[in-house]
Order: sequence, then C-alpha cells, then structure tokens
Amino acid sequence: MNFLATLRVALNALRVNKLRSALTMLGIIIGVAAVIVMIAVGQGAQARVAEQIRSLGSNIIIVLSGSVLSGGARGGSGTQQTLSEDDAYALAREVDEIQGAAPSLRGTGQVVAGNANWSTSFYGTTPDYLEVREWPIAEGRGFESTDMNSAAKVVLIGQTVAKNLFGDSSPLDQVVRIRKVPLTIIGVLDRKGQNMMGQDQDDVVLMPISTARKRVLGASLAKSRNVGSVMVKVRQGADMSEAEQHMKELLRQRHHLQAGQDDDFYVRNLSEILEAQEASSKVLALLLAAVASVSLLVGGIGIMNIMLVSVTERTREIGLRMAVGARSKDILTQFLVEAVTLSLIGGLLGILLGVGGSLLVGHLAGWRTELSIIAIVLAVGFAAIVGIFFGYYPARKASLLLPIEALRYE
Amino acid sequence: MPAPLIRTDALVKQYHLGANVVAALRGVSITIEAGEFVAVMGPSGSGKSTFMNLLGCLDHPSSGEYHLGEQEVSRLSGDQLAVVRNQKIGFVFQHFNLLPRTSALDNVALPLLYNGTLTAERHSRAAKRLAQVGLADRMDHHPAQLSGGQQQRVAIARALVNDPMLVLADEPTGALDSRTSVEIMALLQTLNRAGITIVVVTHEHDVASFAGRIILFRDGVLLDDRVNTAKDAGAELARLPAVSPA
Ligand SMILES: Nc1ncnc2c1ncn2[C@@H]1O[C@H](COP(=O)(O)OP(=O)(O)O)[C@@H](O)[C@H]1O
Ligand SMILES: [Mg+2]
Repeated sequence: MNFLATLRVALNALRVNKLRSALTMLGIIIGVAAVIVMIAVGQGAQARVAEQIRSLGSNIIIVLSGSVLSGGARGGSGTQQTLSEDDAYALAREVDEIQGAAPSLRGTGQVVAGNANWSTSFYGTTPDYLEVREWPIAEGRGFESTDMNSAAKVVLIGQTVAKNLFGDSSPLDQVVRIRKVPLTIIGVLDRKGQNMMGQDQDDVVLMPISTARKRVLGASLAKSRNVGSVMVKVRQGADMSEAEQHMKELLRQRHHLQAGQDDDFYVRNLSEILEAQEASSKVLALLLAAVASVSLLVGGIGIMNIMLVSVTERTREIGLRMAVGARSKDILTQFLVEAVTLSLIGGLLGILLGVGGSLLVGHLAGWRTELSIIAIVLAVGFAAIVGIFFGYYPARKASLLLPIEALRYE
Repeated sequence: MPAPLIRTDALVKQYHLGANVVAALRGVSITIEAGEFVAVMGPSGSGKSTFMNLLGCLDHPSSGEYHLGEQEVSRLSGDQLAVVRNQKIGFVFQHFNLLPRTSALDNVALPLLYNGTLTAERHSRAAKRLAQVGLADRMDHHPAQLSGGQQQRVAIARALVNDPMLVLADEPTGALDSRTSVEIMALLQTLNRAGITIVVVTHEHDVASFAGRIILFRDGVLLDDRVNTAKDAGAELARLPAVSPA
C-alpha cells in the first residue's frame, strides 16, 4: 500500500468523525501552543536579564550609605549619608582590584526647557561614572575635571529626557532649568533601557557632583562631602569577592569602626545578583517548558484513547480489509498514519495558536516574549513523536486482530 | 489432468470455549474443480460458515490439509494468507460489508490498495467492474444511498476486481428479497460461465437450484454431495413479474 493512498485513507477516516477528530486534536493544539508560549515567555525573561547585564556594565559593585542594623532596627540604605565623596576617591586609589569608583548624589525635580517640562531624577557624579557604567555618549561630550573644579552649570541628559523635552530636535547647547538653576546640555547619553528593577535608566540627568552640591541641591549640603552611593567597577579578571573584602576593610578603617561594630554601609555585588537572576530565569524557562510538555503528553494520551475507541469501533472494517488482502503491517501503518496525521495537523494549528498567544501575552501582560524557530520545530517534532508513541499501541492492537474474528465482531 | 482448484483432506476445526471443545468441522474431504458452481446447504450450526472461512484462507484448520491450486495453504502465515486472499479469492458476505461513507468506486477498489496498484489503474479497474455488475451510474454513491441488491452488486464487483479464480459467497441472498436474490444468482451464473469457480452457502433450495453441484453439511460432516441440473437464473428472472427497477 503506497504512502499517498494510506494518507488518503487516514484523512478520510478523520473526516468521517470530524468533531471527534477536532476534539482529539485540541489536546495537541493546546499542548503545542503551550510549549511555544511558555518557551517564548521563558526566553523573553532570559533575554531581559541578559540585556540588563549588558546595560549594567560588567563587574559592578555598589556601595550604599546606611547601616544594615542600627540598634537592632534595620536602618535601610541611604537613611544616613555615611559615605563621603572622598571614600570613593580612596577606593579607586587604594584598592588594587578597583578600576574606577564614582560617588553619586541623587535628587529629583522638574527639568524645564522653554514650555516643556519633565519630572526626573538627577545625579551629581564624577567623570568616572560613565566609565564605570560603560555608558557611551551619543551626542556631544561628557564633563571633565575642569567642570568639576568650577562646578560648571552643565548637564548630560538621557534619551528619555531628551525625547520628552526636545522631541526630535537636538538638545545640545540648549539650556534647561532644574530648581530654577539654568544648566547647559553638553551631551546626550546613549540608550540603556530598563534596569533590574524595571526602571527606565534613560530617564536621567547627570551633572558634576560639585554642581549638584553647590548650585542645585542647595545651601544645606554645600559644605558636606557626603554622598548616597558609590558605584565601583572591578578590574576585568580580578576576584570579585576579594575586591569586596578589600573595599569593606578600607571603608571600615576610614569610618573608624571598631572590631565588633556593624558596617555603616552596604556593599552589593550587582553583577552577582544579576547572574543569579540569569540562572534562575534559565531554570524558570526550563520549568515552564517542562510544564507545557506535560500538556502535550496529556494530548497524546487523548490520541491514544480515541485511537483505541476507533480500533474497537472499526473492528469489522479491519476484518474486511484483512479479508481482501491487507497484511498486518498495512493495518499498523494505516492506524499509525491516522494518529500521526491527527497530531501533526494539531501541531500545525498549535503553532498558529502558540505564535498568536505569545504575541497576545507579550501585549496584554507587557511581558517580553521571544518566539524561536527551535521551539516551534521542537514542539511540532514532539507532537509527531507523541502521535507515533501513543498511536503505536492501538495500531498494533488493530494489526494483531485475526481476520475471521474481526469480521465476526459485533 | 490439471490439479483440482480445491482439495481438502480430513479438514477439522475445533473451537475452544473455556473447558469446552466445539467441533465445528469433523473431517471434511472434498474436491472442487476449477469452473464449478457449488451450493453449500445444511441446517444452522452445521459448519457451513466454518468451512467457507477455511476455503477463504481466513482461518487455520485444527488439522487436515487444504490445497488451493498447487499450493498447500493450511500452514501459511497470516501475512502469506493475506496475499493469497488478495490474489486468488473474492468474498461476498451476507451483510455486504461495504465501508460506510465511502463511494461505491472506492469500495470496489479496496483490494487493489493492498497490492500496489497505482491510483489511476485502481479507479479504471474498479469502474470496469462496477459497469460489469450494472452500476456504471452509481460509482459516487455511498452504500447508504444504494438498495440492498445494489449494495450486494458493489460487493460482488469488489470480489471480482483482482480477477480471482474463486469467489466465496456466504448466504449472499440472506438479506435480500426473492426477486433480488434471483438477480444476484443470475450475476453469479454469468461470472461462472466466464470461468470463475463459485461456492455459495445458502439454506434456500430455490437459491441452491441455480448451482451445478449441491453439498450438504450436518454436524460438521459432509452428508451429501450431488450433481444438480442448474436452472438458468436469467430465464427465471424473465418469468418473474416485473417490478419497477431499483
Ligand atoms: N468463533 C467460534 N467460537 C466458538 N464456536 C463457534 C465459533 N464459530 C462457530 N462456532 C460453532 O461452530 C459450529 C458451526 O458454526 P457455523 O460454521 O457458523 O455454522 P453455520 O454457518 O452452518 O450456521 C456451531 O456450533 C457454532 O456454534
Ligand atoms: Mg453461517
């Protein structure tokens, strides 16, 4: 019996019981769609983390002001500004593993440009900051030590700020006001995207730390050297935990902390946190795919169930086919092809549903989803295997019938 | 002298039902020459169908021998028997056994699926056989759209499609009215005159009277075997009152 004829017989058999075939396929359709959507969601999550790692820059450790515990109660980072600008310079100078350290002072406020205004965060920092964050300038220039020394009224703005204040026209050399202080835009930062907390990193204004302290944040801070945080970049190839240890030692010494006294700062290895997130997003993706595969398996069992019913119902047909010359392998192939056809058609419809579903999930839930050809091929291949695997038993059962008993079956 | 088409030697068939053994055939020896038209008669349960199933290579005997042409077939494997059935034997059943929701043409072509005949040839051969049984205009009809007599004609066309040497019919008229029965017998007589050996099971003397030889079973043994002067079914049909054609 040639293959095309077998396929036609199978399609015919499926057409005779349209509703039943459709319901059986539904299991596979949902299974394949679930695998595709789950893999898309999982890969989307992985891609997001990978992008965050790229946007953070590599080997980043952040030091935050504030004690972990003060008098038994958690003080929280930034509650007291225990770090100073000079701590940052000392870290860069005295810890071998450190490539750069940038202190930063944060404020929030309206940025006004002509009629437009935009509420954002601004940071006072040093030229090292862009190097630590591996953050290129898209347009214009960064600030330099002369700007630092003179507390020059200059700023760098992020892409989101540029877009909201200036639309498509160039922001370079334009003057913006923050807390009524006029500041000239000398550069626009490259796009960074979201950080690990989901915040838009391009919604930012950077200025020399001296400018922030003396001109923008106001008199109360003018004399202080304190900062909220220090962003540190460890040299490529250096041991991160050793670097962390040396940083802690230096800071404790500079803060005159006795042995037994708690740190009055936090050290967080951001790169490590992201790597952990990356690992867990991989596990999550795998888990999602595994759960989805179970539904494919359930769909396969549905096929087996229906094929068994079908073999029983069509026992006389099988007997007749054998009477007119079908060998057991002809019967085996016929039912196997029927099962695989069911699962393959189901698989193809599942692709449509899965692709549509992924786009919908991405749209409605706002999750990032990444469709992959491999996932699609995998899902359909799996569907075919499910068809063969679960179709084999009923098909074999049919092929082992004795012609005379099958013909006489009531 | 050529070997007979069918030669059985002490053919025995027993069925095991739990501890009970039912002897359906108890040593049947018979010879049927090519070109004969044989009617098999006997009361219900006498072993007629069992005998036909063995002749049709649908079942293995418990003991004894069965030669079909030159070949001893009683020890062949299931798949080898399938090939024998496909090449040499055509079956006609009491309840037609057509595939539902399948056209007459595809029903007739069914045996050709299993010997590698190409699609175009399958269709042309099936169409030829349907025309031969007078159903050239019913090729696309499904069984449910045909009368009983027409369905049995489709089944006969299917039995013929592989040019068998032997056609076996187990109560082919059992589900038909008397006029249609005569029509079917006329068709079988035509085939027989063209050289095909035919064995028909029936419990109606009228039907058996169209055969050239009548054998009688009782309790699994051959009780009687005699030559019969066959009536001509075509002539019989002409005598019957005409009915509106089906
Ligand atoms: N598959 C079977 N299992 C058990 N007994 C059977 C089976 N087929 C037939 N028989 C028995 O064998 C005997 C002959 O049956 P069968 O050949 O069908 O008779 P007939 O066709 O002459 O009516 C009967 O007693 C019947 O009950
Ligand atoms: Mg019978």
